[in-house]
Amino acid sequence: MSTGLALNQVSCVRGGRTLFSGLNLQLSAGRLLRVAGANGAGKTSLLRLMCGLLSPTEGQVLWRGQPLAAQREQWGRDLVYLGHAAALKDDLSPLDNLLTACTLGGQAANRTGALQALVDAGLRGFERTPARRLSQGQRRRCGLARLVLARSAPLWVLDEPFNALDTAATAWLEGLIRAQLLRGGSVVLTSHQGVALDDTPHQVLGL
Amino acid sequence: MNTSVASHAPDQAAPQGWLEGFRCVFQRDLRIALRRRTDSLAAVVFFVMVVSLFPLGVGPEPALLRTMAPGVVWVAALLACTLPLARLFADDLQDGTLEQLLLSSHPLPLLVLGKIAAHWCGSVLLLVLVSPLLALQFDLSASSTGLLLLTLLVGTPVLSLVGAIGAALTLGLRGGGVLMSLLTLPLVIPVLIFGAGAVEAHSAGLGVAGHFSLLGALLLLSLFAAPLVTSAALRISME
Repeated sequence: MSTGLALNQVSCVRGGRTLFSGLNLQLSAGRLLRVAGANGAGKTSLLRLMCGLLSPTEGQVLWRGQPLAAQREQWGRDLVYLGHAAALKDDLSPLDNLLTACTLGGQAANRTGALQALVDAGLRGFERTPARRLSQGQRRRCGLARLVLARSAPLWVLDEPFNALDTAATAWLEGLIRAQLLRGGSVVLTSHQGVALDDTPHQVLGL
Repeated sequence: MNTSVASHAPDQAAPQGWLEGFRCVFQRDLRIALRRRTDSLAAVVFFVMVVSLFPLGVGPEPALLRTMAPGVVWVAALLACTLPLARLFADDLQDGTLEQLLLSSHPLPLLVLGKIAAHWCGSVLLLVLVSPLLALQFDLSASSTGLLLLTLLVGTPVLSLVGAIGAALTLGLRGGGVLMSLLTLPLVIPVLIFGAGAVEAHSAGLGVAGHFSLLGALLLLSLFAAPLVTSAALRISME
């Protein structure tokens, strides 16, 4: 029985093309996994597969030794997945977006905590602006603000989290990820560039 | 529908935490619907237009109009409900919030029910409330008009619930809107028959209890089954 996320002989076929096959992976607590690969290599598919949004063509994805489909509600609390899109509703403010995302994800969130998280994310003064008026980087920051409130989630899966971020925000996000690893949580992320987190205990998976 | 949901849906027996997901999605979607009123208003204007075209088309013969009224209003309501439903999950798919719904720690069928309830309250309820004004054009009696309103109140939630299945199945397909109408319209024919039939029976001096029992049964059945089927369809569509 494993404690973290495990992939057993996982294959993925998309549109008649085999992206990867026979993939084995074991991610234990406190570790960072960086998925590297060229465009179209299947990084996003692998991440969606790890989350259970995509079922593998062959093989199994296990969380704490159990298949994901058998524990959807617990899995929803344990996982934070931030995809390509920032998952923001354009008509709602960052504050409303953040509160909704936390409630759906099963993380306790109150207004004060959420406001503080948005200030941490560098969105002071934009808390009640409709998300449609935010810039690309600000939208990204707003999505990432959820990580501040998701301390209790043991697994973060982040798809290109450093995209569109400036240096200050990059440093902030690195800090968040370090803190998560120190707490004993795990992080999976994709990134085109080498990340400044290579000094932390990490694995690199090349596709 | 929010009142009927509170009394019939499986969520009432569930612990408070389960209702939280329903309420969260319901409030979010209703707030969005209120901020982009043009979408909801378009459905209502479409409804009013279609119904108003009939008296102009068939001529001002009161007896003929009275006979036609329930059917015309019901068919127009059916089409006007289906139109905005095609977009029910499309926006969520585009901005990535649908993935978050699927990965939520709350049961997906309840979240889906929240979305459907918000859609009904946001765009269909207004349409139902306008219908008595349209009945005036057809010279319907006051009691028939009231009954028409009641059948629409019970029947249109079924349209939204069944339409959600079609919307989930055709999610992300090109021309999904048309395909969705083709899929769902045949399924809601019973609602049309018993909805319009109740008003016609009343005008003919017959009882309407049977029609309402059947409409209620359809509502209960779809209230139970549609969120489950829609959830399964969403998981397949997202693969």
